[in-house]
Amino acid sequence: MIAATGKHPLMILIPAFNEEGAIATVIGELREQHPELPILVVDDCSADGTRTVALEAGADVITVPYHLGLGGCVQAGYRLAFDLGFQYVIRLDGDGQHDPAYVGLIRDTLLTSGAQMVIGSRYVNGDGKHTSFARGIGIVFFRWFLALILRKEVHDPTSGYVGVNRQALEVFARSFPLEYPEIEALVVLQRLTFRFEEVPVKMRARMAGVSTITAVRSFYYVLHVLLGVLVNILKYQGSKRRL
Amino acid sequence: MDRLLSIIAGVSILLIGVVLLNIRRAHIRVEYSVSWLGAAASMLALSQSPWLLTQLGHLIGVNNQPIALLLVVGALFLIVFFRFSVIISELKDANIALTQKVAILEYQLNAIHEKLQAPSRK
Repeated sequence: MIAATGKHPLMILIPAFNEEGAIATVIGELREQHPELPILVVDDCSADGTRTVALEAGADVITVPYHLGLGGCVQAGYRLAFDLGFQYVIRLDGDGQHDPAYVGLIRDTLLTSGAQMVIGSRYVNGDGKHTSFARGIGIVFFRWFLALILRKEVHDPTSGYVGVNRQALEVFARSFPLEYPEIEALVVLQRLTFRFEEVPVKMRARMAGVSTITAVRSFYYVLHVLLGVLVNILKYQGSKRRL
Repeated sequence: MDRLLSIIAGVSILLIGVVLLNIRRAHIRVEYSVSWLGAAASMLALSQSPWLLTQLGHLIGVNNQPIALLLVVGALFLIVFFRFSVIISELKDANIALTQKVAILEYQLNAIHEKLQAPSRK
């Protein structure tokens, strides 16, 4: 079982759903570049061999009993990391889009900046490659929308390549948006007066599988996230239940 | 007017009957049947009491009794639906938290199991 060791224990979290085609490569790259870091794959009840492939590649795997969606999956990983005493968690996708070469940069920024969250952004000194047209429009819209709410520019608000420190980990272990969590998570942090930083990363093309955000679902995505942001702004903090 | 009131009275009695039958068969828990029974009983009372319906119509500023009755029936069902949306949301939150805990506990249990088996393999 993974354990929090060292002065600044950090865990790599990979939520995965039907990623048997890419997950072994991602874990292999991580193992090669950061052999000291524990890797936890949260398998979202995949129908393929994601769990087996991830275990064989050397990661620890927890499998949720039914399909929770991205947010529920990530929160399960955050909960375990928090319970085990990790100080930092860096989350990256299991499809290979997030190059593990930037884990060190995100970790160093978390350690030195004091920010509660560090986002790997494809638009800070990057070229924004490997972004679908629909997603690109969504990013531009939410960049403008979040600038109004956060009073700070977010270049890549939909990036799932993020690192969090223990303060943010505690918050997210307790409450985390279920679907399309990235943007809502930023609003949650802002309400708690937490800080985030962006660091430049280059995204790659996914190694296998297809994106869950299709052109049609993009409209649902925008509406869902807008409603989620609104709810988070209105949410009464004292009503949160602990389970 | 009378026909509408009779239809609503009939629907109310049918609803009460269906809910009671489902409670008896344990398809609905008693605490979740209260909203339906309350709504059905209110509909029945209003449809059988012209005086009550007139008073209610005056109260909400609608002099046409059938429209007043339909408005009240609509409002009652909206309240019931809203209550069930709250209940479903709570259940989903609890379900997700439990699912996550089950997955984490299973992972920890497997780790303990492997640790216990490790010395015997040597």
